[in-house]
Amino acid sequence: MILLALNPLVTPDPGLFIWSTVTFLILFFLLSKFAWKPIVKALDERERFIEDSLAKAEMAKAEMAKLISENEDLLKEARLKRDEILKEAKEIKDQIVNDAKEQAKTEGSKLIEKAKIEITNQKLAAMAEIKNQVSSLSIEIAEKVLRKQFEDQGKQEALVNDLLKEVKLN
Amino acid sequence: MDLSHIFNTKKFFSLAFCAVFFSLLSFSAFSEEHAAADSSKVSATEAHVEEADEDISEVILHHIADSHEWHFFGHVYIPLPVILWTDNGLKTFLSNKFGHNDHGTEILDLEGTKLVNYHGKYYYPSDVKSANGTYITYNADGELLNKKPLDISITKNVVSLLISVTILLIVFIGVANSYKKREGKAPKGMQSLLEPIILFVRDDIAKPQLGHKYRGFMPYLLTIFFFVWLNNLLGLVPFFPGGANVTGNIAVTMMLALCTFVLTTVNGNKNYWGHVFTPHVPWWLYPLMIPVEIVGLIVKPVALMIRLFANITAGHILILSLISLIFILKSVFVAGVAIPFVLFISVIELLVGFIQAFIFTILSALFIGMAVEEHAEH
Amino acid sequence: MIVGSIAGIGAGLAALGAGIGIGNIGGKAMEGMARQPEAASKIQTAMLIAAAFVEAVALFAVVVAFLGTR
Repeated sequence: MILLALNPLVTPDPGLFIWSTVTFLILFFLLSKFAWKPIVKALDERERFIEDSLAKAEMAKAEMAKLISENEDLLKEARLKRDEILKEAKEIKDQIVNDAKEQAKTEGSKLIEKAKIEITNQKLAAMAEIKNQVSSLSIEIAEKVLRKQFEDQGKQEALVNDLLKEVKLN
Repeated sequence: MDLSHIFNTKKFFSLAFCAVFFSLLSFSAFSEEHAAADSSKVSATEAHVEEADEDISEVILHHIADSHEWHFFGHVYIPLPVILWTDNGLKTFLSNKFGHNDHGTEILDLEGTKLVNYHGKYYYPSDVKSANGTYITYNADGELLNKKPLDISITKNVVSLLISVTILLIVFIGVANSYKKREGKAPKGMQSLLEPIILFVRDDIAKPQLGHKYRGFMPYLLTIFFFVWLNNLLGLVPFFPGGANVTGNIAVTMMLALCTFVLTTVNGNKNYWGHVFTPHVPWWLYPLMIPVEIVGLIVKPVALMIRLFANITAGHILILSLISLIFILKSVFVAGVAIPFVLFISVIELLVGFIQAFIFTILSALFIGMAVEEHAEH
Repeated sequence: MIVGSIAGIGAGLAALGAGIGIGNIGGKAMEGMARQPEAASKIQTAMLIAAAFVEAVALFAVVVAFLGTR
């Protein structure tokens, strides 16, 4: 302190010390009461708000991701189902077509069979008719031939003799 | 902490511009003042050259010291009230009541109380006039023997303090009100200018040093930071609202350091005092260790006090010395070298003003943090 | 006058020491920051504190020089 008293520059001036202490303490109390308290409080509140908001955003994001994945699952399922349905439909279609084809085939063959039978029948009938006609024609022709041959008596007797001869042989 | 934003913002350049502007102004004010002093010395002989040098160092000291009037330029000044607690009670008068004789050659008669003004300070006069015509006596070691009344005047530094306190109150209470008014909204205007700095004090000074206990000390740290910073900056402004060198005055820094000391002492917990009085050494070392620890307690605030005082004073002396070069070398061309240097130093001082405020605050926080820390036994 | 000069020499010597000290601090801090740019802000704070402590020593010397010069 003796050393400090040597130079006015490094000698604390008591008057200024008192005044500065008083003003600084007043400043300190006024500022802490009316400025720092609300400012620090507001800053803290804002920070808490931001933190909360961030946490909420994070949560919303997670929710979104969950929803999206759920949606995807649903979509996948739906797609699978669609594929299945399509496949089934195709199968049914094929079956129907096959059935129809089969039926058509059998029907056709049946028809053909029927037609064939009809044709044979018709043919047989026609043959029988032709046979009848031919037999009646041949009988007529034979009658006419016989009449012509047996117009002379001698010939008739010769024939009867011949026939009688044949019988005797038997 | 990231200081880089200080360098690359527009704000920094506007500050730098202000520094340039102010230092030019300070130069003009300074030169005007000395033009008169110099012209009287133009005819001086060689023998007076040394005296002139002495004079300049005195002028520099006068500029950074406190004073009873606020000097603007030439003969323009504001007289400030002098309040003295003398042997005969409280005496108040304006500093220009008795003219400007501060050489101690004239006795001022204050309703019976005799005083003498010597280098801007009031003393009781000696009974006899000394050889050089003053009423001031020195002893053989060069110590001043005259007694002083208690001087509690509103000096230049006190006025500057009041101005800075008013600015701080208006600005921060305004900001606090806008926080209340714009609750939950983004900051705006002054609020958005100061919010990053408040957050800087909180996140880079208080939280790392004080841990979870920072909340209680935030008001003190914020007050001290802005008080020191604003006064550092005002000290760099060479004309009216500034130019008073408040933080470069040891009484003010002593008061600030004392506040920190009181806070550490009051808040010191069991660990802290245990560390001082029962250090972890063999018992027979106690007589050595306890005084060392106690000296350590006192040296910390003293270092705090001297650091701020010496930094700011050194900056002021540097700027004034560079300007004085023009008058020492008696050539106006020196200004071509000196003024760019002054600009450079002024810009550096702007940075130093911030850094010293930061250092003062962070060291206060550190000391308080040491006092309230609850650490495990080693 | 002579007392002042000796005090000035002492202050100069102290400034020398402090200069070396602050130079070391600054250099090592740069090194550290270059090595770990993500810790730059922490290093900067610690650097400023350490520099302030070193500087205080030099400033003590300056004050002593003030005491010497009257």
